[in-house]
Amino acid sequence: MTTLPQNAKPITAALGTKLGMTQVWDEAGRLVPVTVVQVGTNVVTQVRTEDVDGYAAVQLAYGQIDPRKVTQPLKGHFEKAGVTPRRHVAEVRTPDSAEYALGQEITAEAFAAGQTVDVSGTTKGKGTAGVMKRHGFSGVGASHGAHRNHRKAGSIGGASTPSRVFKGMRMAGRMGHERQTTQNLTVHAVDAERGLLLVKGAVPGPKGGVVLVRSAVKGA
Amino acid sequence: MHILDSVDAASLRSDVPDFRPGDTLKVNVNVVEGSRSRVQAFQGVVIARQGGGVRETFTIRKVSFGVGVERTFPVHSPTLESIEVVTRGDVRRAKLYYLRKLRGKKAKIKEKRETPAPKKG
Repeated sequence: MTTLPQNAKPITAALGTKLGMTQVWDEAGRLVPVTVVQVGTNVVTQVRTEDVDGYAAVQLAYGQIDPRKVTQPLKGHFEKAGVTPRRHVAEVRTPDSAEYALGQEITAEAFAAGQTVDVSGTTKGKGTAGVMKRHGFSGVGASHGAHRNHRKAGSIGGASTPSRVFKGMRMAGRMGHERQTTQNLTVHAVDAERGLLLVKGAVPGPKGGVVLVRSAVKGA
Repeated sequence: MHILDSVDAASLRSDVPDFRPGDTLKVNVNVVEGSRSRVQAFQGVVIARQGGGVRETFTIRKVSFGVGVERTFPVHSPTLESIEVVTRGDVRRAKLYYLRKLRGKKAKIKEKRETPAPKKG
């Protein structure tokens, strides 16, 4: 298997909590909209290497959890790494995984201001949504004789040919609450003392949602 | 948004004077032209203050050469050199958008008469 070029460079990543959005001023006095992500202490719970696992990756864990809620298998997994159980676990592929040690801590200091990052999270759930909201359809005119079909999709295909609806036809349905990655966001500032990352722009998910911040896949 | 108050605290200015709609302000704005910067004054009546915290803004209206000019500034913007209160106005609205339709003497705002501080007793 060939490795993609983007997999060649080492990745820094950390799990965090989205605290919300606010605004700050840059040194030129311009307004910068930022999302504040609290990157608490992440710990390395497993290191995957080419020899053992066939690929190189680092498993990170983050967040407090009631020890009674941890299942026995997970308890053993965390014990192996020599850390207390955490709530969230994520695996990040990085070619330099061998440089990480079990139990190693990763904090906001891993990131630098000006660096570009990709942020993954679970988007806000919207429930059942129509095609206008879900897929950006234009709907039907408000007047000119339009009858009770203002937000409908219109035609979904032919009639006796093909006498079926094609797979993947965009229709109404459950929207949101899915994993999304926003790429190439700039880290505006890092507050290592409080473990805060100020990421320029919006980040998927609600306030309090868990996000994965990792160095950008694209770009130099 | 109280969670982010500590983040916003760094962006807030402490030298903003007390002012409200109806007051006449002189705002000294830092203007950067190429490599050098200078201070440009903008004087007029505050017709609105909106928003709160770090994202609060105010709108100033003046009539320049017969043309109404309005500028909106963030209260805590670092590009504002200083804000001076010239006069206090006596108005009964929070938003003075009605001034846009008025000209001349009608567009004038009564100056607030300073009431003597109430005696404590």
